[in-house]
Amino acid sequence: MSTQILMPALSPTMEEGKLAKWLVKEGDEVHSGDLLAEIETDKATMEFEAVDEGRIGKLLVAEGTEGVKVNAPIAELITEDGEAAPVAAASVKEPVAAPKEVAGTVAPTPVAKAALIEPQVPDGTEMVTITVREALRDAMAEEMRRDPDVFLMGEEVAQYQGAYKISQGLLEEFGAKRVIDTPITEHGFTGLGVGAGFAGLKPIVEFMTWNFAMQAIDQIINSAAKTRYMSGGQMSCPIVFRGPNGPAARVAAQHSQDYSAWYARVPGLKVVAPYFAADAKGLLKAAIRDPNPVVFLENEIVYGRSFPVPKLDDFVLPIGKARVIREGKDVTLVSYSMGVALLLDAAEELAKAGIDAELIDLRTLRPLDIDTVVASVQKTNRLVTVEQDWPICSIGSEVCAQVVEKAFDYLDAPPAKVSGKDVPMPYAHNLEKLALPSVEEVVAAAKAVLYRS
Amino acid sequence: MSDPSVAEGDGVNTRPTPSSATLKKFYHDMLLIRRFEERAGQLYGMGLIGGFCHLYIGQEAVVVGMQNALLPGDQVITAYRDHGHILASGMDPKGVMAELTGRAAGYSKGKGGSMHMFSVEKNFFGGHGIVGAQVPLGTGIAFANKYRENGAVTLAYMGEGAANQGQVYESFNMAELWHLPVLYVVENNQYAMGTSVERASAQPKFYKRGESFNVPGEEVDGMDVEAVFEAGRKALEFVRGGGGPMILEMKTYRYRGHSMSDPAKYRTRDEVQSIRDRKDPIDQFGKKLVDRELASDVDLKTIDKEIRLIVNEAAEFAIEAPEPEASELYTDVLA
Ligand SMILES: Cc1ncc(C[n+]2csc(CCOP(=O)(O)OP(=O)(O)O)c2C)c(N)n1
Ligand SMILES: [Mg+2]
Repeated sequence: MSTQILMPALSPTMEEGKLAKWLVKEGDEVHSGDLLAEIETDKATMEFEAVDEGRIGKLLVAEGTEGVKVNAPIAELITEDGEAAPVAAASVKEPVAAPKEVAGTVAPTPVAKAALIEPQVPDGTEMVTITVREALRDAMAEEMRRDPDVFLMGEEVAQYQGAYKISQGLLEEFGAKRVIDTPITEHGFTGLGVGAGFAGLKPIVEFMTWNFAMQAIDQIINSAAKTRYMSGGQMSCPIVFRGPNGPAARVAAQHSQDYSAWYARVPGLKVVAPYFAADAKGLLKAAIRDPNPVVFLENEIVYGRSFPVPKLDDFVLPIGKARVIREGKDVTLVSYSMGVALLLDAAEELAKAGIDAELIDLRTLRPLDIDTVVASVQKTNRLVTVEQDWPICSIGSEVCAQVVEKAFDYLDAPPAKVSGKDVPMPYAHNLEKLALPSVEEVVAAAKAVLYRS
Repeated sequence: MSDPSVAEGDGVNTRPTPSSATLKKFYHDMLLIRRFEERAGQLYGMGLIGGFCHLYIGQEAVVVGMQNALLPGDQVITAYRDHGHILASGMDPKGVMAELTGRAAGYSKGKGGSMHMFSVEKNFFGGHGIVGAQVPLGTGIAFANKYRENGAVTLAYMGEGAANQGQVYESFNMAELWHLPVLYVVENNQYAMGTSVERASAQPKFYKRGESFNVPGEEVDGMDVEAVFEAGRKALEFVRGGGGPMILEMKTYRYRGHSMSDPAKYRTRDEVQSIRDRKDPIDQFGKKLVDRELASDVDLKTIDKEIRLIVNEAAEFAIEAPEPEASELYTDVLA
């Protein structure tokens, strides 16, 4: 009996890859666990092992072939007759596709380009397109070159080059004194970082994800945020806490959560949550220079997305400023981080229905630039907030409350909130999709505040 | 899953050598985990399992040896690398695989996935994703045992990387202070993601990590199921007999990457291959069974065939089973 060996997905976001090298040839006997091939994914080169026993028949894909789709047959395996049929061949019919919005592989959003406002830079500045991942790395590298007191520490940041490859190349350039792998001991190394900050160094503490910072939230809030106040202004903590935040893909409740509102409430902290690469770079540089503790919330799914970044020697953006990313007259849509992607898609849908949405990327959550939102609502008279966080006591709640306080007379409809659902994140593909806010929900909310259906 | 032939009466201070049936069961249980994990890796490759998927391949002897040393009523808690633990506790591979594919028939109704397996029925307390968090939780389960005077012992597993978390030492202190019936099992597979033991641990002998709290410890060859079983039985007797907590450090090895998306470039292919060739818990134990004439090569092959059938059935089931109803999104949030 012969079955097919299929191209495997070797990362949560992989859709195709390169068959870099065959490690077997036609006619070879293979056993479970034998290496079959080397496969290049979007992030790394991985080895691929045999599951079923048998003899390699035809190799269907030559080594060196790029763009081999996940689940495409790559070789034949001749198995002993009578053995139970492996599931491989049978189940290709309906592979569950990774959820589009969260897979990080969505095609670049072709939003009404003309209407999108580019970052403000001097006339004639060259723009280069890089990933958010590269923008963050460049920001850290530039600041480390500029100031010898800046150092990076966290789990897997040095030798492994970062669990999500944000610190790629930093160990090589700055050495083990300044790029430090820690044990898995968040409460300890966060406190250590805060202490080093008290002593005048400028630590960047990377959390592998913000979920794990829950082990350390005491040091972030009780030590880093409050000490300047408690010491009557004598002692500050110039530290950056950074890492991926918010829902990831299919990792369930303990690894998939937006912590924005947790930190945005705390006096003594600044909180930044960018979407675009230019903002990631300019704001991370500002955060590293800031004399206060800054919580810098990134997003795993956004890391791989590419956007233009100004080619300037020292591109620093002010913390605390929202940005109108698309002007419109009918309704104001406000979000931050990954939620901005929903705004862009929703605006396009709304445009088709003749609705002209103004989009605001908050970029900083504390201090919150409510003036930019209020100015927009004074023009459009309608507000929808969008976030992946839970709905209760969220950033959206705060924006709505402040707009009601400051611009009540301008509102032609009650503000609407679109958010993640009020449940822990489920693992199942269909439930996870339901738990996350969707473009359709944003469009529906915008229409609702316009009393259109 | 404790076998009456090896744990007679109350299981205290009785240590007959395991029967040949028990030894064959060890082999079966380890191979079931191996084949299950291989298939899970394949389903991940096909996009049928999502997110993080941490395989237990290479470490099978630890969980099988320990589980078989437990008595009915004892509890188990572990981290996210938990497929082996729930299978060893006797749960149906179908329900485990269906949890991996996120289907309603999974043991957490598809809501937990790979990292969050639970079985109240088998006293398996999960399946926890935050490194180290399961250690105080396990200590608390042991606290309840003492409170109720039920004679049960809690097994709290952790990786050697997790053993650097502060809450582990807070647990050791309380467990010794209050003489709680908890057995800590450090699965030292040499790596925490890409970090080798030496790069993260000032004291790499994890069995000594309880010394400041007077918690005794012992090092065990975690690639040898019989050694694990013996050490487990002894330690469980000590703890159950009122000796207080104890630490067993299992020297073991994981063959695959940390999770499915880890290219594992922090070690050489030769390192992995050499351990497989010399120390594989299943191959080595199979050879022993044959050498001692407790099983023939044909017997072992037959066991493998049976297991492949079970695992294929589990995979088919997990692929065909329906997703949870949309209404399940809002259930189980509160009691
Ligand atoms: C508090 C916390 N920090 C970081 C992580 C990310 N993480 C998951 S597993 C892991 C390595 C743990 O290694 P070890 O304890 O040795 O267990 P093994 O994976 O080897 O079984 C890390 C760093 C996490 N889940 N929780
Ligand atoms: Mg480990």
